[in-house]
Amino acid sequence: MSNFPWLTVTGAVPLVGALAIALVPGRSAAADEAGQRARDRLAKQIALVFSLITLALSLVMAVEFKPGGPRFQFAQTYQWIPQFGVHYAVGVDGIALVLIVMTTILMPVVLLASWNDAEGLAGPAGETPPRRSVKTYFILMMVLETMMIGVFGATDVFLFYVFFEAMLIPMYFMIGSYGVGKRQYAAVKFLLYSLLGGLLMLVAVIALYVYSASGNRPGTFLFLPLTHLALSATVQKWLFLGFFIAFAIKAPLWPFHTWLPDAATAAQPGAAVLLVGVLDKVGTFGMLRYCLELFPAGAHYFTPVILVLAVAGILYAAIVAIGQKDMKRLIAYTSVSHFGLIILGVFAMTSQGQVGATLYMVNHGFATGALFLIAGFLIVRRRSSQIADFGGVQKVAPVLAGLFLISGLAGLALPGLSTFVSEFLVLIGTFTRYEVAAIFATLGIILAAIYILWMYQRTMTGPVRDEVAAMPDLRARELWAVGPLIALIIVLGVYPRPVINIINPAVHQTLVHVRSTDPVPPHPASALKNGSNP
Amino acid sequence: MTGSFAALAPVIPTPHIEYGQLSPMLLVFGAAIVGVLVEAFAPRSLRRSLHLALTLGSLAGAFVLTIVIATSSTLFAGGSAGHIAAMGAVAVDRPTLFIQGTILVLAFISVLLIAESSHDVSAFAAQAAAVPGSPEEREGLLAGISHTEVYPLTLFAIGGMLLFPASNDLLTMFVALEVLSLPLYLLSGLARRRRLLSQEAAMKYFLLGAFSSAFFLFGIAMLYGFSGSVKLGAIAAAASGNTASSVLLYAGIALIGVGLLFKIGAVPFQSWKPDVYQGSPTPVTALMASCTLVSAFGALLRVFYVAFGQLTWDWRPAMWAVAIVTMLGGAIIAITQTDVKRLLAYSSIAQAGYILTGVIAATTAGLSSSMFYLAAYGIATIGAFAIVTLIRDPGGEAGHLSSWAGLGKRSPLVAGTFAFFLIAFAGIPLTSGFSSKFAVFQAAAASGGLPLVIIGVISSAIIAFPYVRVIVLMFFSEPAPDGPIVVRPSAYTSLAVGVGVLATLVLGFIPEPLLRLAHDAAAQLFVR
Repeated sequence: MSNFPWLTVTGAVPLVGALAIALVPGRSAAADEAGQRARDRLAKQIALVFSLITLALSLVMAVEFKPGGPRFQFAQTYQWIPQFGVHYAVGVDGIALVLIVMTTILMPVVLLASWNDAEGLAGPAGETPPRRSVKTYFILMMVLETMMIGVFGATDVFLFYVFFEAMLIPMYFMIGSYGVGKRQYAAVKFLLYSLLGGLLMLVAVIALYVYSASGNRPGTFLFLPLTHLALSATVQKWLFLGFFIAFAIKAPLWPFHTWLPDAATAAQPGAAVLLVGVLDKVGTFGMLRYCLELFPAGAHYFTPVILVLAVAGILYAAIVAIGQKDMKRLIAYTSVSHFGLIILGVFAMTSQGQVGATLYMVNHGFATGALFLIAGFLIVRRRSSQIADFGGVQKVAPVLAGLFLISGLAGLALPGLSTFVSEFLVLIGTFTRYEVAAIFATLGIILAAIYILWMYQRTMTGPVRDEVAAMPDLRARELWAVGPLIALIIVLGVYPRPVINIINPAVHQTLVHVRSTDPVPPHPASALKNGSNP
Repeated sequence: MTGSFAALAPVIPTPHIEYGQLSPMLLVFGAAIVGVLVEAFAPRSLRRSLHLALTLGSLAGAFVLTIVIATSSTLFAGGSAGHIAAMGAVAVDRPTLFIQGTILVLAFISVLLIAESSHDVSAFAAQAAAVPGSPEEREGLLAGISHTEVYPLTLFAIGGMLLFPASNDLLTMFVALEVLSLPLYLLSGLARRRRLLSQEAAMKYFLLGAFSSAFFLFGIAMLYGFSGSVKLGAIAAAASGNTASSVLLYAGIALIGVGLLFKIGAVPFQSWKPDVYQGSPTPVTALMASCTLVSAFGALLRVFYVAFGQLTWDWRPAMWAVAIVTMLGGAIIAITQTDVKRLLAYSSIAQAGYILTGVIAATTAGLSSSMFYLAAYGIATIGAFAIVTLIRDPGGEAGHLSSWAGLGKRSPLVAGTFAFFLIAFAGIPLTSGFSSKFAVFQAAAASGGLPLVIIGVISSAIIAFPYVRVIVLMFFSEPAPDGPIVVRPSAYTSLAVGVGVLATLVLGFIPEPLLRLAHDAAAQLFVR
């Protein structure tokens, strides 16, 4: 049982799904409207079924995973391109596993929520929805899922890079072809920013290989051998920068974030969830896995700068979020702020901070996912994403408004909801080593309350606007989509232990590699003794 | 008495020719000459099919012969790097055979494009001699005359391309250079549409090409003055034992370098490339962008690895500079292009810069990665130009990018294929563009070229923008009402595109077999 290649199979299932969808006959001149719709529905159903199979497989992995076991489980290593020293090597540690499970949970949710997005109904009123191939949209999503699982599962730096870059293409088409508003501009900006970062990383990847070669022994890209490489501090600094800039653009860290609000605003809500919820996590995941473990000296050297940027990002993005007029843009800025917190937790180099950051990655995926999707439901109903176009929705669509409130409160880390646990851990973990940074970061929570509650107040409360008076409440499909997310937000808020248990050993490993131990808080007794003994 | 007479008489030894080892080139040249006879004697109705059979048959035959030679046990017996045939004029070694094989495959696919002749798609003028816009031209068009001379001309050019990288002395190399260039000058002036542009391209190509040939020849003279020989091995020997002044040597390296870099289209010798690529009939452009590039790089590799192999430290700084300006220049100027063929031309310039980073490595890895890159890029670029021939408006090919708007909506397959090639050129993983770029960059970094690699990726990031812009145009823009039509490709063009897509995909996912082939071919470098 344990020899079964769970990870590979889990990653391959969505790709098989994509191929299956591709076999559904496409649009043809002969087909009538009803036949076309039936075929589109078939494509969507195939996508949903395959994403559910993937989810089931990933849950099996989560159950089979032994937190105390070897570092990488479900591991497989095969030669891929021996001339380059490249392996197909996959395996998950606790951090990668929870992120994969988050991805596979989000996927069916996003598919359900974006059931009709490809038809272009979410565009602003007045803009004729262009006819798009529904089939292609779902193929893109399934291909993206394979790549997302691959990027978290790769244990070969080259393989990771391949997925890291290849992921851009489906997302690029999802934004550019199926998005709304300034989709072309946003798609190009997204792609070029990410490509630039990725290519800088490519230099570092190649250099890493060259440095890993010694004498007659050829270099390697395998992650574990690379962590034992004795690189000089100078080399580590440069290579760290090569990786870090790529991840900082991806994550995104202030001031590399400007593409995200554009991309998330132009994307359909479902695509935006994948973008912010999963793709961006690759950035923070990469920092934790690759930047810290491969280049510990570089990481220590740059930590002060990164902490400053992270805190600046938390506050800056939160303040900018308050001023946004567009719902999707606002949520995108809140994410930039949250990513600042995650990065803060990663680079605090304490176990609490990193466990909190990893947990935050998962919780942020669910909370922001729910927020984006519900915002999407609102936008579809009103044909506008402007906050000012709403008002009093609470009275006509109470379920929608209620769920919006819960996911919003998760966004501001209300105690009892999942994000609180992670945010709290991050702040504590940071405080034990960098008090000032933690204090400033805490201000972000206050700002979060402002932007979330103010948005809720403006859209949901007050007198019912004429345009929203006839707004229907959530349909069954929509409820099925966001229901599980809301449930997870609450469950993980009350009982996060299983997830933390999976994450803990991996974080411990990371900290051992960066040679960082948690600062021991001064014992009250010893403090007293010191005080009395000048 | 008789004995002294024999000693006085000028002895001309019978040249010893290894016909077997030279058979691929001999076959192609022979077929070209037969092609001339066909052109002269065969009835017009039969000419095209005869030419086609002859051309494709000889290319395929030459490819098979190349494989036979490469696998022959005697030639490479006992770890021999190869053999110098034809009285020291032609080298037969593994890198050369790899390059020749590549050229033959690429030439075969290019000829498929040249053969495309469903009446309004044929790329060639009916009568090159007719003045553009004259009654004669109209008559020729109406009579359905087609220029079948293109086939023997192409074969001559391909023969020259095969000899160019195989030449073991500089004079043979010069002859090969002229044999490959002269037919190309002619071919590039034969476009059926926009004939003035085509003739201008031919003129520019000819003048600048002649100029660069002069540089090359002057360089040969310098090196002969330095070493007393035109043989690459002798030059290397003279250079390594040299203690006297080496002005002649360095001047020779520089001038030879200029001649070769011109053919590659490296900055600052690139100015012909966009004009010629744009003006030439697109199938000829495909031939030039693939086969000529491979051949010229083959020659460059041989000259710099064999003749100047000991002087790496002397030529490397200059090559660094050329590679850097080529990568950056090609990428930056590509941004402003509005014509798809010019865009592909600048893309080709930038790609030449990436390959140069592999050449500069001057190691077996550098050689094998350059050869891999050439093969992968050549096939993809033919496919891309094949797509260009399909997008047409009443004036011929719709080259201006504005008319490509919304192509993805009207013919998703054609636009998707072109986008795929662009993604490959941009070096996105899981395409051959990535694996080849990775190969040369890895080789460059391993031999101290990390700064070059950094410039390389910056250039890649810059040139991604024009590629992405084309994709945006095709897929994210609404179609123009009077947009171009997409003609149904015949079997020839479909095959060229299909091979391009397949190779780009396969070399992206499993580059291992071809990499191994290139690696084995490069293992012993060139024969000296």
